[in-house]
Amino acid sequence: MTLEVKDLACERGDVRLFSGVSFALGEGELLLVQGPNGSGKTSLLRLVAGLSRPVAGEIRWAGEDVRELRESYARDLLFIGHANAMKDEFTAEENLAVAREMAGRSSSREERAAALERIGLAHRAKLPSRYLSQGQKRRVALARLCLAADTPLWILDEHFAALDARALETVVALVDEHLARGGMAILTTHQEVAITTRLRHVVALG
Amino acid sequence: MTNAYTLAAHADGRGNPMFRFAAPQAFFPLAGKMIPWFAMLAAVFAAAGLYVSFFVAPTDFQQGESYRVIFIHVAAAWMSMFLYVVMAIWAAIGLVLNTRLSGMMASAIAPTGAMFTFVALWTGALWGKPTWGTWWVWDARLTSELILLFLYLGFIALTTAIDDPRRADRAGAVLAIVGVINVPIIYFSVKWWNTLHQGASVSLTKAPSMAATMFAGMILVALAAWMYSIVTALWRVRSIILERERNALWVRERGGEA
Amino acid sequence: MFQGLRSIIARDLRLSMRRRGDVLNHLVFFVIVVTLFPLGVGPEPNLMHTMAPGIVWVAALLAAMLSLQRLFASDHADGTLEQMLISAHPLGLIVIGKIIAHWFMSGLPLTLLAPVLGVQFDLPQQALWVLALSLLIGTPVLSLIGAVGAALTLGVRGGGVLLALLVLPLYVPVLIFGAGGVAAVSNGMGAGPHLSLLGAFLALSCVVAPWAACAALRVAYD
Repeated sequence: MTLEVKDLACERGDVRLFSGVSFALGEGELLLVQGPNGSGKTSLLRLVAGLSRPVAGEIRWAGEDVRELRESYARDLLFIGHANAMKDEFTAEENLAVAREMAGRSSSREERAAALERIGLAHRAKLPSRYLSQGQKRRVALARLCLAADTPLWILDEHFAALDARALETVVALVDEHLARGGMAILTTHQEVAITTRLRHVVALG
Repeated sequence: MTNAYTLAAHADGRGNPMFRFAAPQAFFPLAGKMIPWFAMLAAVFAAAGLYVSFFVAPTDFQQGESYRVIFIHVAAAWMSMFLYVVMAIWAAIGLVLNTRLSGMMASAIAPTGAMFTFVALWTGALWGKPTWGTWWVWDARLTSELILLFLYLGFIALTTAIDDPRRADRAGAVLAIVGVINVPIIYFSVKWWNTLHQGASVSLTKAPSMAATMFAGMILVALAAWMYSIVTALWRVRSIILERERNALWVRERGGEA
Repeated sequence: MFQGLRSIIARDLRLSMRRRGDVLNHLVFFVIVVTLFPLGVGPEPNLMHTMAPGIVWVAALLAAMLSLQRLFASDHADGTLEQMLISAHPLGLIVIGKIIAHWFMSGLPLTLLAPVLGVQFDLPQQALWVLALSLLIGTPVLSLIGAVGAALTLGVRGGGVLLALLVLPLYVPVLIFGAGGVAAVSNGMGAGPHLSLLGAFLALSCVVAPWAACAALRVAYD
């Protein structure tokens, strides 16, 4: 499976953020999207995730236009944006379960517990999320990664923000494992991250 | 890097002759050329129609001279409903084919439609005072015109509340389509409600024994209203085009010429 | 597919149960509005008798409209809606699930409460039944059409008032058929035609509204 992006262009109001962005991503490959604030990193990720419609260009997953694939593309996709997509009323464990259901995949209670354990939140699993700190909420969102071994394409937007060193290490390890088993990942980042794969592409915006 | 001009042209399906004028930059000068002609027609029809309806048409023996406001009322009421349908059709085209001009047309038509709805209500009240003795009755037609006015105002409010013009057009389109499906239902339900709650009052449309000259007057005023709507819609769409495409190459070049 | 629908409904219902206060507030609002009318118009029994169906229905319209804001807005704010747009379930299914859950938490309680308020206005027993029945058929329409309005005004400034402006005129047929049916019964006529027309409007809304709400959601994120 490959993700191909050709001549993608994006506008915000009157301003053209970028145009002519092309790349291809194969199994086990990592794409880093770099650029200063406001250069369109988030917009590019949202386009690739199929959340918004490009002004020009096309995005193909396994040779087919993602706009036509829709749900079957969404099944292969894990997108974590700026927002954590969590309900304050639900516990961390419930939030995780809902997120998996939304992705059309099942998860057992043990799997979810293991995921929260790995991300370092086992002791907070039964607490309504409103009692969690910003960093802890972010970690719950990222716990989805532990369950998403069956999802080939990961798109993570600024997911290193608000994480402490230990959590950061865990996330980097998760992405590493994902790439090692033939997954793909697209990340935006300001700082360099120590992800060891040799198959890495960079798109620089702005 | 491709500039905004070619990309915009591409997005509008340029190259296909059917869509040639669907591109704003092609439509802008065409609209400019059409405006004076339609304006002239509007003036001619308005003069003829008002002359026929105020001087030629016979005095109504029941209602006297005051019935003459009905000429304007009927034309305005026709236009108000017709324009909503036209607006919804433009909106639907814009939503399906993703042509930018269609959305602009829809938002250009809305104020004219709202204006005619308001005129229909106003003249209805003017007619009602001498006929029924009150400015307002909960007559089926007046009530559904009032709700139509709410629908127009909702459309205008929604499209102006959204800053991004593309999103505004598309959101307005969804609303217009839902509205246009609802308009006949609203009209029917209001009529049903009206017949249940009061006996048949003097209907605005059924002017007793309509003379041929009265009919001619109505048609002429309606044609004038039609032409006027075209002129204002084209006028407004030209300014919308300029505003939205102010950064496009062709608008800048025109600015340089002037 | 039904699995997906079930899980959406279950999620939204569970969420509403954790925010029971919201649901209760709308019911209290409904009761207060109904109570205000006699205070404003005067308690003349005959007048109250004729006005009762209209009062209860208008109050139901307002209460349903106020509850629309929680249909998409909180999911929009915390990014859940974004996940729903790129979910493995079709967006239409999610929207339908959310509408059903919304009805369970707004339309259904109103329907159950309305006959009690009808008793306050001394409606005959048959009219009470029709009132409940008309609300049972009519309130899903309010959730359906309301979903379109809620999706259109997502993240738009002045969203609350704008939502009312868009949705209330579209509610007119529901109000007319619903309140009209109850009035017909208290005047000794049959409510059959009213209720069938209300049912037809419900059927049409079931077809059009989910489509329009989906389109509006996609527009909001484009």
